[in-house]
Amino acid sequence: MQTFDIVIVGSGHGGAQAAIALRQNGFEGSIAMISRDSLPPYERPPLSKEYLARDKTFERIMIRPAEFWANKQVELLLETEVVALDPTEQRLTLGNGNTLGYGDLIWSAGGSPRRLTCAGAELAGVHAVRDKADIDRIMTELDAGANRVAVIGGGYIGLEAAAGLTKLGCKVTLLEALDRVLARVAGEDLSRFFEAEHRAHGVDLRLDTMVDCVEGDGHKVRAVKLAGGEILPCDMVIVGIGITPSVEPLMQAGARISNGVEVDEYCRTSLPHVYAIGDCAAHRNIYADHDRVRLESVQNATDMATSCAKAICGTEAPYRATPWFWSNQYDLKLQTVGLSRGYDTTVLRGDPATRSFSVIYLRDGKVIALDCVNAMKDYVQGRKLVEKSACLPTDRLADTSAPLKTLLTETA
Amino acid sequence: MGEVIVTTREGEEHRLELHPGWTLMETIRDAGIDELLALCGGCCSCATCHVHVDPAFAERLPPMGEDEDDLLDSSEDRDTDSRLSCQIELNDNLDGLSVRIAEED
Repeated sequence: MQTFDIVIVGSGHGGAQAAIALRQNGFEGSIAMISRDSLPPYERPPLSKEYLARDKTFERIMIRPAEFWANKQVELLLETEVVALDPTEQRLTLGNGNTLGYGDLIWSAGGSPRRLTCAGAELAGVHAVRDKADIDRIMTELDAGANRVAVIGGGYIGLEAAAGLTKLGCKVTLLEALDRVLARVAGEDLSRFFEAEHRAHGVDLRLDTMVDCVEGDGHKVRAVKLAGGEILPCDMVIVGIGITPSVEPLMQAGARISNGVEVDEYCRTSLPHVYAIGDCAAHRNIYADHDRVRLESVQNATDMATSCAKAICGTEAPYRATPWFWSNQYDLKLQTVGLSRGYDTTVLRGDPATRSFSVIYLRDGKVIALDCVNAMKDYVQGRKLVEKSACLPTDRLADTSAPLKTLLTETA
Repeated sequence: MGEVIVTTREGEEHRLELHPGWTLMETIRDAGIDELLALCGGCCSCATCHVHVDPAFAERLPPMGEDEDDLLDSSEDRDTDSRLSCQIELNDNLDGLSVRIAEED
């Protein structure tokens, strides 16, 4: 059996940064990175944007050039699945039946896109947006003439896909089951603004709309049938309804699992020598009132990877990074700092009609998060308010004549 | 073929080939210099590709945008030579450009 000092499972932003940070922190042992993907680590956010639009070639979205990993003595085991984990023997079983030993394991497997459970979900032309292969399939179909697209799900993935496909000339219908887009991640001001923007760009955006099934010709998608009976003809369906954390082998091995695999502030799971980071790691976040959360972002994956690598190298650095996130749609640049979950008050700063404004979220009178649209100053300066849990009157926060940095001195 | 000269935080100097059309961030990342996080991939949404540019080249650089200026304000290490390397598209006129990677925030 082959054994590595460290085995990293997953080659997304978290897995890649874990390997980089281990070497930066002087780790000299052997490292292997296992991935279901067939390619070395690449960035995910540009897939539905610059890569789909062919503004950037694949090599320009690689996290590091392919030869980097060999130079850093990180062995890539691609197109490889982990099917079982034996924490006592410190051993993984792979999809091909081989076993692989580890000294420490960094589980950075992310998640699998949730699939539709209705009839027709398996038809050709129904796509997720998660990895390069998904986007390559979409691009191939676009090249073959696909033009009418139904996007199911009004979260960030669905909205970004709708924007990217609209810019390419597709006729996009976006279907959201709830009464507003971004309902799980943002306040109503932001939802309504993005709904109006998508409609102004020609997207047929429908709220409170359930899908009954996907209809096909026996092989390929032909239409989406709505719960009310309406049939929307389409050439392609994009499904953006969230992910399921990929933690099955950890669960089978007895790791503590809730929404994802539970980890402490050093990214340690309940199993010895097993760490977890990124989208699949349920951690207590100081920006969520120490509640256990699972965050799906480049920031979270990267910063957890760095904390984890330091813990392994003996320089413990608890994970306390400020959460931030971005989403680019059309010419709109949304930037988020903090975590808005659990907010009890929102303050609108600026006028959405100007297409430059911020939504400030408060809980118990304290600033916990900002969503900033084309408002870089608010994003940069608002970060400090979030980090300090600033207590400020709502009329001061709404006053655009006062830069947020000047409010820092006014905090109670 | 031109070159750019990149100095790491430890003071190590790297001479990298200049590819016109590539950004400075992509050039540094592609050379395997791993200090540059460049988390947002070059869409000017973070400040993790911050460099200090030799002032001799200041006038040859593309002008700084307002977003870049604001983002740089988030760095403790900002000075008059600060730029985000993802916002500097290279061309032959920048042959010999010398930069130093900024401290991590």
